[in-house]
Amino acid sequence: MLARIWQFVVKEFFQVWRDPRTRFSLIVPPIIQIIVFGYAATFDVHNVPTAVFDQDHSQESRELISRFASSGYFKITQESGNGARINDLIDRGRITLAIRILPGFAEEIRKREDASLQVVLDGTDSNTALIALGYINQITQRYQQDYQRDYLNRIAPLASQRVPQVMLDERPWFNKNLEDKLFFVPGTIGSVLMVMVMTLTAFSIVREHEIGTLEQIMVTPIRPLEFILGKTIPYLMIALFELLIISLVGVMWFEVPLRGSIALLLAGSLLFIAGVLGIGLLISTLSNTQQQAMVVSFFFVQPAITLSGFGFPISSMPPVLQWLTYLDPLRYYLVVLRATFLKGLDFDLLWPQFVGMAVFALLTLSAAAARFRKTLD
Amino acid sequence: MNWRRMLALARKESIQIRRDWRSLAVVLLMPVMLMTLMGYGIALDQTDVPLCVYDREGSQLSQDLLKSFVSNRYFSLKLDARDYRQLVTAVDGGVCTVGVVVPLYFSKLLNAGRPATVQAVIDATDNNTANLIIGYTQAVVARFSAAVQLDYQQRRGPALGAPSLGLQARTWFNEDLESRNFIVPGVVALVMAVIGTFLTSLTIAREWERGTMEQLVSTPVTAAEVIAGKLIPYFVIGMTDAATCAAISGWWFEVPFRGSVMTLFVSSAVFLIGVLLLGFLISALSRTQLAASQFALLTTFLPAFLLSGFAFPIDQMPIAVRAVTRIFPARYYVTILKAVFLKGTGIEPLFAPMLAMALFAAAVGVGAVRGFKKTLD
Repeated sequence: MLARIWQFVVKEFFQVWRDPRTRFSLIVPPIIQIIVFGYAATFDVHNVPTAVFDQDHSQESRELISRFASSGYFKITQESGNGARINDLIDRGRITLAIRILPGFAEEIRKREDASLQVVLDGTDSNTALIALGYINQITQRYQQDYQRDYLNRIAPLASQRVPQVMLDERPWFNKNLEDKLFFVPGTIGSVLMVMVMTLTAFSIVREHEIGTLEQIMVTPIRPLEFILGKTIPYLMIALFELLIISLVGVMWFEVPLRGSIALLLAGSLLFIAGVLGIGLLISTLSNTQQQAMVVSFFFVQPAITLSGFGFPISSMPPVLQWLTYLDPLRYYLVVLRATFLKGLDFDLLWPQFVGMAVFALLTLSAAAARFRKTLD
Repeated sequence: MNWRRMLALARKESIQIRRDWRSLAVVLLMPVMLMTLMGYGIALDQTDVPLCVYDREGSQLSQDLLKSFVSNRYFSLKLDARDYRQLVTAVDGGVCTVGVVVPLYFSKLLNAGRPATVQAVIDATDNNTANLIIGYTQAVVARFSAAVQLDYQQRRGPALGAPSLGLQARTWFNEDLESRNFIVPGVVALVMAVIGTFLTSLTIAREWERGTMEQLVSTPVTAAEVIAGKLIPYFVIGMTDAATCAAISGWWFEVPFRGSVMTLFVSSAVFLIGVLLLGFLISALSRTQLAASQFALLTTFLPAFLLSGFAFPIDQMPIAVRAVTRIFPARYYVTILKAVFLKGTGIEPLFAPMLAMALFAAAVGVGAVRGFKKTLD
């Protein structure tokens, strides 16, 4: 039996390796994907194109504007006029943000009246707009506090020493500088692995079916279990090889830390790959043509990536979709990936993820084996 | 180019499509599924962020602060920790994304007119979420701090009134900063890109694998006729899908539609032709369906997802990546979609992106005819 499986594994390897284009597509696309994701997937907010209309021309207004400029979040162009051009500038996409300081701003502040700052935002990109608005809030608040402190210092130097204030000491753990690549690179490893394994296996049986070589295999003494093993082992090995390549790119090129144990990462990856292999083989036995297999596997991969929390937080999804995420093996795997790369967690906090992936692998692999037995009869 | 031959090929292709009714159903239902999934699944707004608190003091004031966290829609309390360890475990294990620690002597310091520091531990694995959370946390703490200050000063007799610096922010185009309005128009581009290349990249590769290409070669058809003939039925399907996507965005997700239907129609047609031709180019170059599907993924889905500005702002990417985004039509289509849906821009400012898409279609079309001719030899 072992000899037969071995022969089969060798045959599968030959089949994958023979075609130079397939060989190419095993190595180059994953690397391109991880590099593009590492660089392009960014929610950063820096140098937001901003137009400032300072109609007050006072020391106060200039001070406030220079604080905006030096924060690094805004790329400021000073505009003259009363802001009638804001419309046009935003429409043409020249600016995302306009800040307008009305005449009398300094006067109001000095008199301790309610002064205000007008801000117009292009909300098309709601995420950038929201974060930029947060920064504006921060800067104006700090300006106000500092102004008050200066004022107190001038009128009552002693009193100013005694102003209660609540300060915030924020500590972003696991990703101190809030870098996008640390979030996206481990996630990309998971999704690239999934797409890879899925396309390889989803095509594997149906291709034999289409070309007619499945008939030839059936007349050999090979048993269904041997067949399934022969189909899974080579792809499992290819997938591990892929994992190695893209993890190396992640760690060496993007300098993503690997804080957890490699053994844990490997164990989680094996369970995940087994599950995806199972679903790929299942699709392959269910489809009649390669085109069908491709379409159906896309129907699995696309939701699986969207619901995994790969780029968009699961907690922001509506409850129904949140339940659906529990059916997604990538969801569990991404937790394991991020935990081992960034957090360095141990098994005692990660075991639920392992259980989730194990159950998924068990179900899909046995379903694939059962389904294949049926096609043989 | 012979029109009769081309139409005959188009008929042959549409008969082939109709015979494979399962794939046809899938292709027509795909936009519905993808739009619902991604429309709901891709959300960046943060409400009900799971919060964990550890109050080391347990005074009236510290409880007031924690209450002001819980009383807004951004945070929802998951755990009231007994000690620091418990809070750390909760953040590690992902029970909560943010942990707020109120220090000992919190109220004593404040009552004595001294600053007190509140610690916020944030799981920054997802840096974008962390960034938004830091903004919310700062806002809550700043507001609380201002209230404490005011209270303190009022208790000491005549208040040294502080100037209040209000922010009048107006947001255009997406007034409530809903991420759905930002995401959904981009999803249309994503769906169209996927469907476009997906459909065609398999048609020629399939003819090669099945051997029907030999039959096609023996007829007097030219390369341009084959491509045009194959293009027509897929164009009709693609435009049906585009209409479905637009209808779902407008009626189901209630994304405002402020532009003209004509602009939407023309830009969708130009984009669709571009991706369909790209699909032909890919299938002419790669002879196996496996390689074809890999290339299709790499040249359409990936750029549409990452390099289009659909979720990740292009102006935040490194310069090299920004240059790459100009090659792919997805970027231009997303610009037009967002303008048509949210901004209601007329056709004149959108002329440049339209032209860029047309150029892409022309270049890829020439490439497809050439590549196809070459494979015939």
